[in-house]
Amino acid sequence: MTHHQPTLDLSPPVSDEIRQTTCYMCACRCGINVHLKAGKVAYIEGNRNHPINKGVLCAKGSAGIMQINAPSRLRAPMRRTGPRGSGQFEQISWDEALQTAVDWLKPVRDTAPEKLAFFTGRDQSQSFTSLWAQSYGTPNYAAHGGFCSVNMAAAGIYTMGGAFWEFGQPDWDLTKLFILFGVAEDHDSNPIKMGLGKLKGRGTKVIAVNPIRTGYNAVADDWYGITPGTDGLLILSLIHLLMQAGKIDLDYLRRFTNASCLVNEDPKSPQNGLLLRDEDGKPQVIDRATGKLAPWDGKGVDPDLSATWRHAGVTHRPVLHHMADRYLSDTYAPEAVADVTGIPAARIRQLAAEIARAFDDPVTLEREWTDFRGLTHKTMTGRPISFHAMRGISAHSNGFQTARALHTLQILLGAVETPGGMRFKPPYPKPATAHPKPNSKVTPGAPLGGPHLGYPHGPDDLCLREDGSPARIDKAFSWENPMSAHGLMHMVISNAHAGDPYRIDTLFLYMANMSWNSSMNTTGTMQMLTDADAEGNYVIPHIIYSDAYSSEMVAYADLILPDTTYLERHDCISLLDRPICEADAAADAIRWPVIQPDRNVRAFQSVLCDLGHRLNLPGFVNDDGTARYKDYADYITNHIRRPGIGPLAGWRMGENGLQDGRGTANQGQIDSYIANGGFWQAHVPGDAAYFKPWSNAYQAWAVKMGFYDSPQPYIFQLWCEPLRRFQLAAEGEGNRQPPDHLRARIAAAMDPLPIWYAPLSDARTDPDDFPTHALTQRPMAMYHSWGSQNAWLRQIHGQNPLYVPTDLWERHGFSEGDWATVTSPHGQITVPVAHMAALNPNTVWTWNAIGKRRGAWALDDNAPEATKGFLLNHLIHELLPPKGDGLRWANSDPITGQAAWFDLRVRIAKSDPREACLPDHPALGHPSHTDNSTAAHKP
Amino acid sequence: MTTLPPPGKVKLGLVIDLDTCVGCHACVVACKGWNTENYGAPLSDQDAYGADPSGTFLNRVHSYEVQPEAAPAQIIHFPRSCLHCDNAPCVTVCPTGASYKRAEDGIVLVNESACIGCGLCAWACPYGAREMDAAAKVMKKCTLCVDRIYNDNLPEEDRTPACVRTCPAGARHFGDLGDPDSAINQLVTERGGFDLMPEMGTQPVNKYLPPRLKDKAPEFDVLAPYLTPVTEARGFLGWLDRTLSALPGARD
Repeated sequence: MTHHQPTLDLSPPVSDEIRQTTCYMCACRCGINVHLKAGKVAYIEGNRNHPINKGVLCAKGSAGIMQINAPSRLRAPMRRTGPRGSGQFEQISWDEALQTAVDWLKPVRDTAPEKLAFFTGRDQSQSFTSLWAQSYGTPNYAAHGGFCSVNMAAAGIYTMGGAFWEFGQPDWDLTKLFILFGVAEDHDSNPIKMGLGKLKGRGTKVIAVNPIRTGYNAVADDWYGITPGTDGLLILSLIHLLMQAGKIDLDYLRRFTNASCLVNEDPKSPQNGLLLRDEDGKPQVIDRATGKLAPWDGKGVDPDLSATWRHAGVTHRPVLHHMADRYLSDTYAPEAVADVTGIPAARIRQLAAEIARAFDDPVTLEREWTDFRGLTHKTMTGRPISFHAMRGISAHSNGFQTARALHTLQILLGAVETPGGMRFKPPYPKPATAHPKPNSKVTPGAPLGGPHLGYPHGPDDLCLREDGSPARIDKAFSWENPMSAHGLMHMVISNAHAGDPYRIDTLFLYMANMSWNSSMNTTGTMQMLTDADAEGNYVIPHIIYSDAYSSEMVAYADLILPDTTYLERHDCISLLDRPICEADAAADAIRWPVIQPDRNVRAFQSVLCDLGHRLNLPGFVNDDGTARYKDYADYITNHIRRPGIGPLAGWRMGENGLQDGRGTANQGQIDSYIANGGFWQAHVPGDAAYFKPWSNAYQAWAVKMGFYDSPQPYIFQLWCEPLRRFQLAAEGEGNRQPPDHLRARIAAAMDPLPIWYAPLSDARTDPDDFPTHALTQRPMAMYHSWGSQNAWLRQIHGQNPLYVPTDLWERHGFSEGDWATVTSPHGQITVPVAHMAALNPNTVWTWNAIGKRRGAWALDDNAPEATKGFLLNHLIHELLPPKGDGLRWANSDPITGQAAWFDLRVRIAKSDPREACLPDHPALGHPSHTDNSTAAHKP
Repeated sequence: MTTLPPPGKVKLGLVIDLDTCVGCHACVVACKGWNTENYGAPLSDQDAYGADPSGTFLNRVHSYEVQPEAAPAQIIHFPRSCLHCDNAPCVTVCPTGASYKRAEDGIVLVNESACIGCGLCAWACPYGAREMDAAAKVMKKCTLCVDRIYNDNLPEEDRTPACVRTCPAGARHFGDLGDPDSAINQLVTERGGFDLMPEMGTQPVNKYLPPRLKDKAPEFDVLAPYLTPVTEARGFLGWLDRTLSALPGARD
C-alpha cells in the first residue's frame, strides 16, 4: 500500500454545554468542567480557573462519569424486610420513609435526645449536619475525623493555629527543601502532585520519610524508610541536632512564639508549669528594652528569649530554656534513637544537615509589613524548608505528640508563615482559643447549647455528666481522650453495643461504611450491629443510613434514605466548614445539579431540612410552622450563621450592592457561583501574604472578610498549656479530677512539650510474637470504597496483595502467587502476598479500601475485590488487648482519641493458596440498586 | 504492506518525565474518557462489574521496582502509550493501509473504516502500545488527541492531548520534537531524554526523561559546618545570650 491519509475532521464539536461544579471523587474538592452531550455527561476535565486544581484532574476525577451510571446507585427509599445483614429490603415511598424516621426520632428527642447517635462519614457539609444535630439536642454528633487524621489537625491548631492540607500548604514557589512525613498517596491529591511538579521542575530536593517507598515517596530524591510509629523520635533527634548547632531562628522564636514566655516554676503554685501571667491573665515575657516583666502582646514590647525572673526564691525561666533542657539531652542523640527508628545515626545527621543547609540559605521578599506590637519590618524573610505530613504520623496512639513535634521543628526553624516555609490558608491561621469549646449538656426537647465539637483548654471544658462519666457515646472530651476535637466515630458502635457509657436508641449514619472499611474489627462490628438482647430486640434498636450506593453498610440498616450522586445535588464547600482556600486566597465553592437524578432519590442535606421541619427543630421551622428551608439550596442561600455571615462568602448583599465576605442573603447567589465556574475567591493582599498570625494587614483583612469579628493576633504555642492543665489535674490539682486508673497515663502523655512514647499497644503485645508492623495506604487512583464500583478505576486497582519486604520474603520462602496467614493479637486473615524491596524491613502493607464484601457495591459475588482484595481492619481491634482490670481501653491516641490504625503488629506465615481471602463473609443480598448494565461501553 | 510517508519536519509527540511521574493514573483515565467520546469507536469495557473486568486503554501506567546493588530499592512509574515512531513497524506491517503515519505531523493513526482487526500491527509494535477493542473489533491506539490539538472548538490552551492537560504533576509535555528550538526539545537536551528501546530501530518520536539519581551521598560535609555544635563557656545558653545580644533592639 502506498501512503494514504484519510481526511479527518480535526475540529469535531466537543460537547453541547459545559457545566462547572466541584468534584467529589475524593475529599480534595477540585473544580471540574462537566461536558454534556444531549443532556448526558460526556466528559469530565479539570477547571483551569479553580484555585485547588488549576485545570488538572486525577484519575478518580476523570472517572466520575462512571460513578453516575454505576449499577450500585440506590434507587428508592427502602425498609429492611429480612434480618439485619441479609440485604433484604422493600422499597417504600419518601413519605413513609420520613414518617418512619420521625416515629423513631421524635420520642427520643422528647425524652432522651442523647439516645440518637448521628455521625457522618466523609461528607463535606459538617457545618450543616452539626447544626441539625445541635438543634435536635443530642450531644452525639461528629464526622469521621477521629478515625482519619484528627491528630494532625488538632496538634496543628493547638500548636500554631492551623495544620496541613486544608489549613496550610508548603510555599511551593519559594521552598528550597521539601520533606514529606508519613504521606501516602492522598490528602491532598492534586495540590501535592502539582507542588511536587513545581519542585521537580526547578530541581528542588524532595526527601521522603515513610516506611513505604511508593507514590510521592517513590519520586523523592532521598528516602528514609522509618519504622512505623517512631517518626516523633526521629523528629526530636533532629531538634536535638539543630538546637545543638544553633540552627534555630531566635528572632522569630522570641517575637512570634511562646518560647520567650516565662514558665511558672513555683512547685507550690496551682499554676505550676503554666505560663506566668499578670493580673489580666496575660502570659509574661521579659522586655529587652526594660528588663522587666511585660505582657506578651504589649505595644512595643521586645521579648527576651533568655532572661529569667526570680521571685520569692523561685527562678522562672522562659520556655526555650525548658526546651534546651529537654532536647539537648542525650536521650535524643542520633545514636540513642537509631535502633528504635531504624534510621542509622549517620543518616539522621545527614537529614539534620540538609535542613541546616537550607536554614542557612534564607529567602527575603522586599515587602514591608507591620506586626501586632506595632513594629514595622522592612522585608519578609523566611527559612525555605517546608514539610507535609498526614496519616502516617497521625494514625498512631502517639500521633498527637508526634505531630506536635513536627510543628515544633518547623517553628524552631522559623519556617511557618514565612517565605519558603509553610503557609496557612484562610480562614486559618486561627488560634485554638478562637475555636468553640465542646457542648454536651442535654435538655429533652431542646437544642444543645452550642457546637458539639471544639477545642478544650482544660478539665473544665470536658464533656462529662454529673457523675463524672462521659457525656458522649464515643467518650470524646472525656478523661480517656480529653482533646478529641473530632470525636471518635470508630468507638460509637462498640460503645453503644457495650452500653458504655450508655445504650442508644437510634444510630443515624451518613456516608460512613461502618460495617466494612471504616471500622476497626470489622467482623466484630457486624456482630454488634446484629446482636439481639434477651427479648430478641437488636441491642442497637434502630439504624438509619443514607448513602448514594449499595455499600456494605446498607445491609445493616433498617431504613435507607437514598442520596443523590455528586453531580445531581447542591452542596457548599464553606468557609464555616472545611474550606478550599489557598495561601493567597480565601475561596469557597458549590456543587449544583448539573444533571437530574433518574431515580427516586433525594439529596441527604435536603432530606435533613425536611426532617428538621417534621421534627419541629428550632431553626428548621418558621414561626407559622412551615418549613424554614425547602431544600439544601435554600439553606445555602438563606441561612445566617452570625450577622452578615452565611454558608457562602461570595456575592453577599451589602448596602451598596454585592460584596465579599460579609453581607445579607442574596437570592441570586448560587447563580453567581454557577456563572463564575462554581467557586468564589478573594485574594489576600500582598503585605498580608506571610506572617499572617502577627500581621496587622492580614488581621484587618480577615475581620473584613468575616473570618472573625475582631483581630486575633497570637503567638505559637510551643509550650501547650491545655496539655499541662490536664497534667496538673492528673497530679491532683483542681476540683475536676480524672479517675485514678487514668492518672498515670494522662500525666505521662499530656506533656506540654512534645515527647515520644512507644505506641500504646506495644506494651500489651509481645514484640517477639508479633515482630512485624502492618500498614495500609490508599492508592492515588482510588478513594475509600467508591472506586470499586467504578468500571474504569476497578480495572486499575481490583485486588490488593500484602506487600512483603525482601528479608521476610526470603525467610518465609515465598514465591510469586503465594498466600500467607497474617495474625495479630486480635485476629487472622489469609491473603495473597507479593514481594516489595522498597520497604522498611520490618513492615508489610497493602492498599486499603479495595477489598469488598461479596455482594456489595453491585459487583459480581466473585469480583476480585471480594476474592483477592482484603481489609487489614479484621486484624485491628477498637480496644487494646485486655489487661485484666475489666476496663475497655480504646485503641486510640490518649490525647485526641484518634484511631490508632497504624499501631498494628502482626506475624506472617506461608499458607496454602486459596480461591478467596479469609475471612470470607457470605455474599450480601443485593438491595434494590439500579439494574446492572454490564457493558460500561460508552457512558 | 503500507508505506511510511517521506520524513516530515514536524514531529509531534510527548516527553514523559520519569523523575516526576508519581504513578497516579490520571493520564490513563483522562485518555479513556476523551477517547471513549471521540476519535472512532469508543473504548469498550467487558464484564465491567464482574469477576474479570477488562477494557481498552490507549495509555497505561506500570510501576517497576529497581534494586540497585548498594542503595535502597526504588520504584519507577512508567506510562506507556504509542511513541509515534518515525520508522513505525505497525504501519509497514498493515495489510490494508489502515495503519498510517500522518505526513504533516508524524502522528500514527488507525483508519478504523479500513481496519480489518487482524492484529498484525499489535504484534509488530515492540512497545505493546496498541489494543484491539473487543467490542468494535478494530485496533485502538493513542491518537495524540489529533481531535484536540487542532480543534477550533477548544480554547487554544486546551489544544493539547487529554493526558497532558490533566497530568497533576506536570510530568507530561507535548510539542514538536522535530523543531530543535521547541521547549520540549530543550527539555530533552537538558535532562538527557532518551529513546525507548533504540535497538529496535523504530526511531520513536516520544522521549522519556530519566529519573534523577536518587539516594546520593550528601555533596557536603554532614558534620561541619552545618551541625557544628555551638561551643560556649555556658553551652547552649551561653550561645543563646551572645546571639541574642547581637540582634537589633537589645537594651545596651
